Amino acid sequence: MRNVIYFLIMAGLLVLVGEFQSWNLSLSILNLCLISAVMALGVNIQWGYAGLFNVGIMGFAALGGLAATLVSVPPVYEAWSAGGTGVLLGTLALILTVLAAVFSYRRMQGRSFRMLVVVLISISGYAIMRSLFDPAADAIEKVNPSSTGFLGGLGLPILIAWPVGGVLAGAAAWVVGKITLGLRADYLAIATLGISEIIVAMLKNEDWMTRGVRNVVGLPRPVPYEIDLQQSDWFIQLSNRLHTDPVTFSSIFVKLCYAGLFATVLLIVLYLSEKALRSPWGRMMRAIRDNEVSANAMGKHVTARHLQVFVLGSAVVGIAGAMLTTLDGQLTPSSYQPLRFTFLIWVMVIVGGSGNNWGAVLGGFVIWFFWIQSEPMGIWLMDVATSHMGSDNALREHLVDSAQHMRLMTMGVILLLTLRFSPRGLLPEKTGRN
Amino acid sequence: MDLLNALALLSNYVLVPALAYGSQLALGALGVTLIFGILRFSNFAHGDTMAFGTMVTILFTWWFQSMGLHLGPLPTALLALPFGIAFCAIFVLVSDRLVYRFFRTQRADPVIYLIASVGIMFITNGLVRFIIGPDDQNFSDGERFIIKAGDFKKLTGLSEGVSIKLTQGITVITMIVVIFLLFWFLNRTRAGKSMRAYSDNEDLALLSGINPDRVVAITWIIAAALATIAGTLYGLDKSFKPFTYFQLLLPIFAAAIVGGLGNPLGAIAGGFVIAFSEIMVTYAYKRFIGYIGPNDWTPDGLVQLLSTDYKFAVSFVILLLVLLVRPNGIFRGTGT
Repeated sequence: MRNVIYFLIMAGLLVLVGEFQSWNLSLSILNLCLISAVMALGVNIQWGYAGLFNVGIMGFAALGGLAATLVSVPPVYEAWSAGGTGVLLGTLALILTVLAAVFSYRRMQGRSFRMLVVVLISISGYAIMRSLFDPAADAIEKVNPSSTGFLGGLGLPILIAWPVGGVLAGAAAWVVGKITLGLRADYLAIATLGISEIIVAMLKNEDWMTRGVRNVVGLPRPVPYEIDLQQSDWFIQLSNRLHTDPVTFSSIFVKLCYAGLFATVLLIVLYLSEKALRSPWGRMMRAIRDNEVSANAMGKHVTARHLQVFVLGSAVVGIAGAMLTTLDGQLTPSSYQPLRFTFLIWVMVIVGGSGNNWGAVLGGFVIWFFWIQSEPMGIWLMDVATSHMGSDNALREHLVDSAQHMRLMTMGVILLLTLRFSPRGLLPEKTGRN
Repeated sequence: MDLLNALALLSNYVLVPALAYGSQLALGALGVTLIFGILRFSNFAHGDTMAFGTMVTILFTWWFQSMGLHLGPLPTALLALPFGIAFCAIFVLVSDRLVYRFFRTQRADPVIYLIASVGIMFITNGLVRFIIGPDDQNFSDGERFIIKAGDFKKLTGLSEGVSIKLTQGITVITMIVVIFLLFWFLNRTRAGKSMRAYSDNEDLALLSGINPDRVVAITWIIAAALATIAGTLYGLDKSFKPFTYFQLLLPIFAAAIVGGLGNPLGAIAGGFVIAFSEIMVTYAYKRFIGYIGPNDWTPDGLVQLLSTDYKFAVSFVILLLVLLVRPNGIFRGTGT
């Protein structure tokens, strides 16, 4: 019952925005709410099911964005002939180095000797990789740098990128999890923070792959373009029948298409998460979360289960990241900010209700809505609060200009208040038989 | 002669910057490690606490500068530092009273503190951006160099100069003084000893009549002081930008974990390990090899192991290696 009321209120808010501001705005908020909800579900799988604290959500979302680019952009054949082989050989050298290092670490005897061999293999492998890689990357970046200067992608439909983004993010999560799970919770937190910073640094600097800070723009869309819609007869007839202006209606129509796609993904992920949570596997995960020692005594492999759930959750975040880049239509590495991508999602999960999938979805909707709407509200508030100061007052100007930073504080306050006064969130986790 | 030139080159671009950066990291890591030892959680807000303390210091510096107050050749910020520390201490004590104390009385899970510290981080970050803005601020004044590269060349007759910035000198000296004071406090005073006792065994410490609230308050004040000093030194040496301080979190935590969380000596060692690796790995050795290599041969490339854009990757890799090989750090910490 509580679920239904909260979601109705949320829908009502979106309708209000549609009526009083514009339906375009309302639908863009809705689209991002849907993506945020998927991301929050991913984090809920990690935190709510298993109690794992992942501070690197930004990195996994960025990997999803990378997947969107690599899958959908048409390949740049000139760049491939300039440096394609070099890049492939370099990647091969990297993989071989890692394999050789891991193999010798596993198989060799003698502590210090083993370390020495591993270090030697890593250094020489790294040198070989760089010597293959650097000239190739330079050559690729020189190919028509103003419009391409990168390898491009596979030229496949962008929808394929969504699962691929999940796979990429899951793979990165496996590496981090393999090393840090089983140690203190803090170590996982720091390590995920680190990997996300590195992934974003990679997107910014590996120009041959992502064009770096010059951004990859104009990713192909999974939905029709406004301009095509405005010129097709059936669309004009439809908009006439609805008594709307074809131009406005076309952008609303496109947003509705996106919303349909995102809602489908959200429903699939939500259905699977609910199924998993109610299965023996879900009960086992919660048992591990609530008491690791006794779960271990019951013969559950705690670290392996943690690794599994960590990879799954990160993969969901990766899917959401790919969806986000699809919606934006471009990959902008500098837009990946930890406060926006990591901590905001955390607030969503905690406020929504950790451990409850519906809660995570609701949290995604509510927090994103207020994140968007708090900026105009904050500016208005500051404006009203300082209106007695006179319009050229320096303090007033500073306060009004800085109002945008208020939302960071607001989010922090919301997080702390929830943690203290309602730690179970808006929709608490259901436990026991019901 | 070439060998001396090579050494001068290395000192100028690696040794001196790494010593300064290492001192800043060490001071930051000390704060993290103390909080971990006493309060038993990783304080994610530490980077932003540094930013907050530095911000107050900067505001006081500007005020002093506008009054014409200065320290001669030394930067005015040193005069403002005590005020920064005082305000930062008040800020963390208030946040402890409002947030952490509740979870302490609940005996909450460490991960809850972690999330709470993320919330504090949000608020501090917003506050700093709200007051001083998200942009770069430069507040260093006074002399710029202890030794200029040109003077060094004239003095020694080498073709490579070593320049030492005044801020780098101040950083290292301050670090030594602060560490001396801290260890004197921890090992010689009653309050310091009670802190160590509390860190080693909380229940036993409580039994022997140590007041936990006092220990916690002292820890926060010391952490705030360390954070403000580290932040101000970093800001003087480079520049102040709120987001950079948030990013410092990773090398600082890497330093604390490498040294063993909860171990002050380890934090100092860890700070230098991280700083030296970061700068050595991202330094381009082209000219260095030119000096020590045969005759007039210089390599074609920059001979840079890793571009500076990836300097965070260095702390990260070291962190992972330590976690793989010695999860408790080089010096055994309290973490398991």
